[in-house]
Amino acid sequence: MKGLLAAGAVIAMLLLVNGLLSGGLLPGVSMSPYILQVLCLAGINITLAVSLNLINGFTGQFSIGHAGFMAIGAYSGAYFTVTFGDRLRSIFALLPEFGRESVVLLVALSIGAVLAAIAGFFVGVPSLRLRGDYLAIVTLGFGEIIRVFILNIDAVGGARGYGGIPKLANFFWIYFFAAATILVVYRIVHSSFGRTLVAIREDEIAAEAMGVHTTRAKVISFVVSSAMAGVAGGLFAHYLMYVHTNSFSFLRSFEIIIMIVIGGLGSISGSVLGAVLFISLTEGLREFAQYRMVLFSLMLIVLMIVRPQGILGHKEFVTFLTKRRRPIGGAPGTTGT
Amino acid sequence: MTTFLQQLVNGLSLGSIYALIALGYTMVYGVLRLINFAHGDVYMVGAYVGYFLSRRLQGGGPSLVSALLVMLGSMIACALLGILIERLAYRPVRREARLTLLITAIGVSLFIENVAQLVFGADPKFFPSLAPRADFIVAGVRLTSEQITVIVVSFLLMLLLRFFIMKTRTGKAMRAVSFSLDAARLMGISTDWIISVTFALGSALAAAAGVLIGMQIPKIDPLMGIMYGLKAFVAAVLGGIGSIPGAVLGGLLIGTSEVMVVGYLSSTYREAIAFGILILVLILRPQGLLGRVQKEKV
Repeated sequence: MKGLLAAGAVIAMLLLVNGLLSGGLLPGVSMSPYILQVLCLAGINITLAVSLNLINGFTGQFSIGHAGFMAIGAYSGAYFTVTFGDRLRSIFALLPEFGRESVVLLVALSIGAVLAAIAGFFVGVPSLRLRGDYLAIVTLGFGEIIRVFILNIDAVGGARGYGGIPKLANFFWIYFFAAATILVVYRIVHSSFGRTLVAIREDEIAAEAMGVHTTRAKVISFVVSSAMAGVAGGLFAHYLMYVHTNSFSFLRSFEIIIMIVIGGLGSISGSVLGAVLFISLTEGLREFAQYRMVLFSLMLIVLMIVRPQGILGHKEFVTFLTKRRRPIGGAPGTTGT
Repeated sequence: MTTFLQQLVNGLSLGSIYALIALGYTMVYGVLRLINFAHGDVYMVGAYVGYFLSRRLQGGGPSLVSALLVMLGSMIACALLGILIERLAYRPVRREARLTLLITAIGVSLFIENVAQLVFGADPKFFPSLAPRADFIVAGVRLTSEQITVIVVSFLLMLLLRFFIMKTRTGKAMRAVSFSLDAARLMGISTDWIISVTFALGSALAAAAGVLIGMQIPKIDPLMGIMYGLKAFVAAVLGGIGSIPGAVLGGLLIGTSEVMVVGYLSSTYREAIAFGILILVLILRPQGLLGRVQKEKV
């Protein structure tokens, strides 16, 4: 009951902010389109970062192919809306316009999520049986293969990119799914299954000795994370109304990695912080665009030398401020070989 | 049959490039248990150093002496770069968790790629021809002088490496460090020095591969190291990571199968074949063709 109330409050607040930002609620009060776009992209990045943190931070399996799953969600969702969107709208013709569009968006996002999850399953099953470093290379390779594959499908535009996607996603939906992702990851991490994942991160062999089916747990975590990346991809496509495979190259995956590593692997609020920091720096340094990635990569190296656990480490923002002592389990990854 | 032989020659010459890069991966993995993500980028820098050196040296047209100088210069420059990367980025985090080391390696790789785009420019450059070229037809198979150079030079370098590792004192120390870093230190081996030597050797081989690829496929760009690096890594895993003959075998196999797939099926699958092989190896024989099984301990 308390949870329902809180969820209702969050949704109401998001609707309010959405109305204020788009200028629909109070005439004359609206945000500049540039800031609104930056805020929306930040929301998509939060979804991506928090979902990647589930597999990279909490399960300790280093995946660097998140952009590939995002691409699957973006393209399949967009393809659905463009081809079957009108048919679905006519079925729900009785609903008001907002409801009709929401149904189309939600179905498109679910299709993207399911397909991304299936892809995640087929990438995860062979590679998650092995050591983490192999996973890094396999996921990087697969992310690129998915991209090249989509590039060769003519139905979604191929190298021309895929345009003409209706703008169904807005501030409300993007932050609704960012909040949902945070909630889902939070609930997973604080369940007994979440403790299984953390056990695998801390010491895989010990976890196995305690009776944890490590491969199964890792695959579940990977599939959930991929599905959420698919949702983020769908939102991305329906917000920008145009997608190109270049947006889903390994550079995008590296960007998400940078966000979660800066914020702290294994900290949900850290991922949010990292995503917001990344976007602010990217937009703030727009004049020096060509030096941006040099700066970020240098930051990554220096961070690893000076503070390998990231800004927040394993802790969440609230505990980071109040409790200064180390949490049980120590700094990330000090155990294990 | 002739087509097959032709594809085989093409595959072997591409495979020798992969083998040279794979050696660097496997040697570094042997001593540090680290996938050196930046290795592919060292190869790219090698190609660029070769490009600038040959532009500087090409006063009187292509000649063998200048080709040799270009190759040596590029190898020395990259050996220094390899030592620098290890000293500045990897050494401070060597005792940390493997994940920290991996993220550092990704950071170094991104750093080199982006600095290279700033310094060399993002557009591709065309490698000048280094040596006088000629084509030979043997039994209907066309052998270009570049292909012969690539195959011969890589095999000479691999033999030299084998001699160095098996017959010299430093090589023996390298084998000891890759067997057990801590035990080697207790035996009085300067492990820091050996790790530097390993990085220098691996990077020099990658630079040689960079110059050789410049002779064969004359287009070079700052992101060329990524795909070659990934495929060479797959080659190292296929042969058994940590095993030097394995890296050579894996490189030749990956190169040949890639050329065969492009020749007989379709060039669309060009990038997919290496990762397909990687998945198969990881499922069927995770230790690789020539690798040893390593038990994980708590």
